[in-house]
Amino acid sequence: MEQQIIYSIQHVTKEFPGVKALSDISIDVRRGEILAVVGENGAGKSTLMNILSGAYAPTSGTITFEGQELTSLTPERAQHLGIAMIHQELSLSNALNLAENIFEGRLPKNSIGLVDRRKLYQESKRLLEEVGLPNLDPRTLVRDINVSQQQMVEIAKALSLNAKFLILDEPTSSLTVSEAEYLHEIMRRLKSKGITMLYISHKLDEILAISDRIVVFRDGRLITTMETAATQINDMVSSMVGREYSAGYTRAHYKNDYATAEPILKVSNLNVGKKVKNVDFTLYKGELLGITGLVGAGRSEVLQAVFGADPRQSGEIEIEGQKCRIRHPSDAIARGLALVPEGRKLQSLFLKFSVKENITLVAMKQVLNRCGLLKPRKEYEFADSFSKRLRVKTPSLDQKIVNLSGGNQQKAVIARWLANQPKILFLDEPTQGIDIGAKNEIYEIIDEMIRQGASVIMVSSEMQETISLCDRVLVMYEGEISGELYHKDATEKNIVTLMSGQALPVSAS
Amino acid sequence: MKSKQEFGGLRAFTKRSEFSVLIGLMVIFIVMSFASPYFLKLNNIMNVLQQISRYGIISVGMALIMITGGIDLSVGYTVALSACMAAHLTTNVKMAWPAVFLVVLLMGAVIGLVNGLLVTKVKLWPFIVTLATSKIISGCVLLLTSGMPIHIESPLCWLGSGYVGPVPVSVIMMFLVIIGGSIFASMTQTGRNIYAIGNNERAAALSGIRVERTKTLVYVICGILCAFCGIVVAGNLNSADAGLGAGYETDVIAAVVIGGVSMSGGEGSIWGALIGAMIIGILKNAFILLKVSSYWQSVVIGLVIIAAVTIDRIRTVRKAK
Repeated sequence: MEQQIIYSIQHVTKEFPGVKALSDISIDVRRGEILAVVGENGAGKSTLMNILSGAYAPTSGTITFEGQELTSLTPERAQHLGIAMIHQELSLSNALNLAENIFEGRLPKNSIGLVDRRKLYQESKRLLEEVGLPNLDPRTLVRDINVSQQQMVEIAKALSLNAKFLILDEPTSSLTVSEAEYLHEIMRRLKSKGITMLYISHKLDEILAISDRIVVFRDGRLITTMETAATQINDMVSSMVGREYSAGYTRAHYKNDYATAEPILKVSNLNVGKKVKNVDFTLYKGELLGITGLVGAGRSEVLQAVFGADPRQSGEIEIEGQKCRIRHPSDAIARGLALVPEGRKLQSLFLKFSVKENITLVAMKQVLNRCGLLKPRKEYEFADSFSKRLRVKTPSLDQKIVNLSGGNQQKAVIARWLANQPKILFLDEPTQGIDIGAKNEIYEIIDEMIRQGASVIMVSSEMQETISLCDRVLVMYEGEISGELYHKDATEKNIVTLMSGQALPVSAS
Repeated sequence: MKSKQEFGGLRAFTKRSEFSVLIGLMVIFIVMSFASPYFLKLNNIMNVLQQISRYGIISVGMALIMITGGIDLSVGYTVALSACMAAHLTTNVKMAWPAVFLVVLLMGAVIGLVNGLLVTKVKLWPFIVTLATSKIISGCVLLLTSGMPIHIESPLCWLGSGYVGPVPVSVIMMFLVIIGGSIFASMTQTGRNIYAIGNNERAAALSGIRVERTKTLVYVICGILCAFCGIVVAGNLNSADAGLGAGYETDVIAAVVIGGVSMSGGEGSIWGALIGAMIIGILKNAFILLKVSSYWQSVVIGLVIIAAVTIDRIRTVRKAK
């Protein structure tokens, strides 16, 4: 007998200016099932969730909840219908207690309009018991409980709204293994009460353990739907990969003399909080080393910690055979390191500065006279030469950098670091949010720097640039290095397998 | 090629926020010279400049702090404490004048250091830190003076009451501080770092800038300049009392804001702050010359601040488009 459909998605397409985030998706979610959604970064999972929870309207297609077609769904209406979303970033108020969070905006009132505390705490206590937290006092402040408990409180909040359909967006990404198991326990309990759940996760073994069915997304398309009972991890990986790439940038020469290669940077036993665990790696002279993995796998944290930007619990750094104490980015810079961080606006641009000032900041010493005073003409010429070398397109060097396109801003930031002639360059998502033409220019710049003798580490979420550019790729999973691939072995399938925390079949390595 | 670049430089200058403030200053100046026959008299001009010199000296320190995105509300009482300390050390302790000079400047530096460390190491809001230290300092002044004025006779008084030809020494001092501050802010690595911190602290740290050290430094500079200003004021009056620096913080912050330093940091210039100080000084003088009730003075200065930040706001919004 066919199971009852609770939420039906038919031919849904979502377009953003210039991007098709979802194309022609159809899914029937059965009442009371746990449906897992998997896919690489940017496959369209979060767009789907945002449509189902009313945050985005689909460009075309229909969504039908409990037989009712939803034409203009808003988050408020979704909540009213019993659709609740638990975000990856929890949205509880730290300074309020659990009960106040659960009934946020809907506190029970007594006859004279004041908050009915007794009813509030009784109700909250009941809900907390339902999500397996019978020992927590509803008067506890949110900031005093741990992340997994906060997640349960979010679920309790959804239950207080009589949610029938829960969307869980990577709920276990910040949980330990036992906490994740506990969450699964609660999910099973909710399922037995007839609540339907959509479960988004990157952790393939968890998905096998908890879900009833799996849908796989790739490039905004639904690739396949599988019954979990008849599925193995390998099947999931095979359907996640297989994207067809247009001919990407290729370098003329890839490093292959690893037997005789000279190490330039050696990092051993690096630990940063819970984000990076016992990471060891070596960067060789003239090498382009890629670090990839899922968002949150600890890739950027590795770079930032080696660069001295974030405190590390342990970790030895050797540059050209010499042990270094790097406690602040200035120490790293003095040793010939450079870091182009991810998130231009947050971490690298000085938006009120001109293009010129953005370029000369780090290497400013080179344009000062003997008394330490700026030589304006020299500064102009210096910035001009680097801006020309990197082909920064700007009406003038005195233009505020905020007025440039993302690609030109990024080139200016790279220029800032090249101006200081680094021996080792760290690039964190260097092509994030820039157009394809500028991307290729940045690839050329990276290639040229390597030919001129620099050694580069590039963190990237983009499969294509990782595969086509890097001499060697390190894949990270949950703060650890889960594998190392040389250029010839760096296939999408191998990388996806490693970044989901699975081992490679013996023949592949 | 060269002339084209200079032309570009002039055009760029007209777009800067200092430019509209300079126009504002000139308008007030011209109106005043027609409105009052006394305004343009050398005597009056020097008198106004001498008044301005007090805010002008401190405004350099305040501008640097505000460019990093901070603020210092303790400047007024630091001036008072420095003036009283100078008078106390000279008159009661009978310390030699060079020692008095150094001790008072050192005290100013220590006050700035405490502000700076509380802001950077303990990570407290500059507004609250300096509000609290200003309270502490105001109490210290009263403890030191018991609320009574202290007389001061010292060669140091020359800084506040001396003249070189027709020009008061304090005015010369102000211009020296402004020129020094301006070179520091616009032509040195540390100066550029200060702007970078106000722009984007995280990016500044990732560019190798010692953010905490640099931020502490600007509070120390401001403290030293307040101490210097205290000596100048005491020298000017040959006396110091606890009420000396009252209200300086608001006038100085007003001058810096009118001069184009954004409250959110990262932009503005030392010269802008001087122009702001001049606008405030001339307005204050205008009320006296035009015999308008001085009660109106506060009202008008408040309106000028609102006008200045509104113009700045409109300009940034237009630029963003």
